[in-house]
Amino acid sequence: MPLGLLKYGLARRYPASRHFPIRPPLKDGYDVVIIGGGGHGLAAAWHLAHDHGVTDVAVLDKGYLGGGNTARNTAIIRSNYLTPEGVAFYARSMDLWRDLSARLRINILYSQRGHLTLAHTDAAVRTMRWRAEVNKHLDVDSQLIWPDEIARLAPTMSLSRSVRYPVLAALYHPPGAIARHDAVAWGYARAAARKGVELHPQTEVTGLLTSPDGSRITGVETTRGTVRAHRVLQAVAGYSGQVAGMAGLKLPIRSIPLQACVSQPLKPFLDPIIVSGSLHIYISQSARGEFVMGGASDPYPLYSTRSTLDFKEGLFAHMLELFPALSEVPIMRQWAGITDMTPDFSPVMGPTPLEGYYIDAGWGTWGFKATPVCGETMAHTVATGRPHPLIESFALSRFARFDQVGEKGAASVGQ
Amino acid sequence: MKLMPCPLNGPRNIQEFVCGGEVHVMPDPRTVSDEAWASHVFLQDNPAGVVREWWCHVATSYWFIAERNTVTDEILRTYPAAEVFAKRVEFAER
Repeated sequence: MPLGLLKYGLARRYPASRHFPIRPPLKDGYDVVIIGGGGHGLAAAWHLAHDHGVTDVAVLDKGYLGGGNTARNTAIIRSNYLTPEGVAFYARSMDLWRDLSARLRINILYSQRGHLTLAHTDAAVRTMRWRAEVNKHLDVDSQLIWPDEIARLAPTMSLSRSVRYPVLAALYHPPGAIARHDAVAWGYARAAARKGVELHPQTEVTGLLTSPDGSRITGVETTRGTVRAHRVLQAVAGYSGQVAGMAGLKLPIRSIPLQACVSQPLKPFLDPIIVSGSLHIYISQSARGEFVMGGASDPYPLYSTRSTLDFKEGLFAHMLELFPALSEVPIMRQWAGITDMTPDFSPVMGPTPLEGYYIDAGWGTWGFKATPVCGETMAHTVATGRPHPLIESFALSRFARFDQVGEKGAASVGQ
Repeated sequence: MKLMPCPLNGPRNIQEFVCGGEVHVMPDPRTVSDEAWASHVFLQDNPAGVVREWWCHVATSYWFIAERNTVTDEILRTYPAAEVFAKRVEFAER
């Protein structure tokens, strides 16, 4: 045994440092309070400290860090959206994702796999061709490919014509990637804490404090006491409407569960990420070999993260046509996240009518991939009081102006 | 399989139904302000608790009202829309 290892083992104080500092006592006040310790809130905290020098920040979460929808998505990252606003936003996110491991000094297992959206009907082929052309126009690496090319990229997927919905073509997005979602939250949290940001898990916000005339936010009530704050950012996807309700805001959001599951781990079997909007399925193989699979959103609003047999029946009826070999593979875990569905499939971001209160909500099926750019743009918005140019069109006020951003490239939009 | 007790067809698989959104009283489209119309169209109560919603049994095109708990996923009560909308909604002619 090397002497160094022996000394390490017998050392009274291990040289390894804690990943997160021990939760400090809650102070009376902070410059910025962030409600929600998921990827978005933690990324905003880090960008506030790193980009703007705002370090008097507390991140509050009712549970544990990264335990909400950050841990419940299927970790797919892409930018082949359809609106100029959406593409500019998600493309910036891709730029930030690529060197995020180096910036946060943690391996987020960012893995560029290529992303295939399958077309099973002539109408879907036409839609894919349209998406590919719009994507190219917006400088996104995206093209329509045919079964010969699909077979080369995904040789283990069945391209049989003797199925209910044979694969006719696919929209191919080479930069499509997956990442380890927990590592993203932990990386932002640790990097933010090193800059002086305080992390307060198990600290539920139960109310908001405003100035006597109700025009300005002055703090939050929590289960651990009252905290004053100059500025408050809400980043609580799933319960956005409940928290925004404390601020007197009504949102264009319905809370709908999205279920997912993983198989037992197998050896590398599937390289690209496969999505079919028509069949409501998506699948990718994670770094540890598990197939991460998801399907259609639940058919009605709910705040319960229960799992249903209906979901698995709907998912595997189609999944087994594409991957018959999976019929022998057990499901290991299943879960649900609560998505914030907006009428136009775009987020709700920026300042609110309550001065000093900022919102980052409306994350339906597109929240994880936006984590870095949300952190950057919301930190900018909180630090300057003005919406970042990339999120101006996502303001809550767009609905009253009838100026929506219809994002038909969202995964939840059937083709 | 989750059952929806349809007032017309009795208990049926919930997959036979579509949820039509919260029951709100529609403002008169001729006199309402743009802002109030936008909130009627877009904004949701989205309660964590009991919600009153429109539901439709697709096979029979039958619309009715259901009250359910969005936290526990329990359907509390379903009834014909006539129970809430006792008389026809008339909007003045143009």
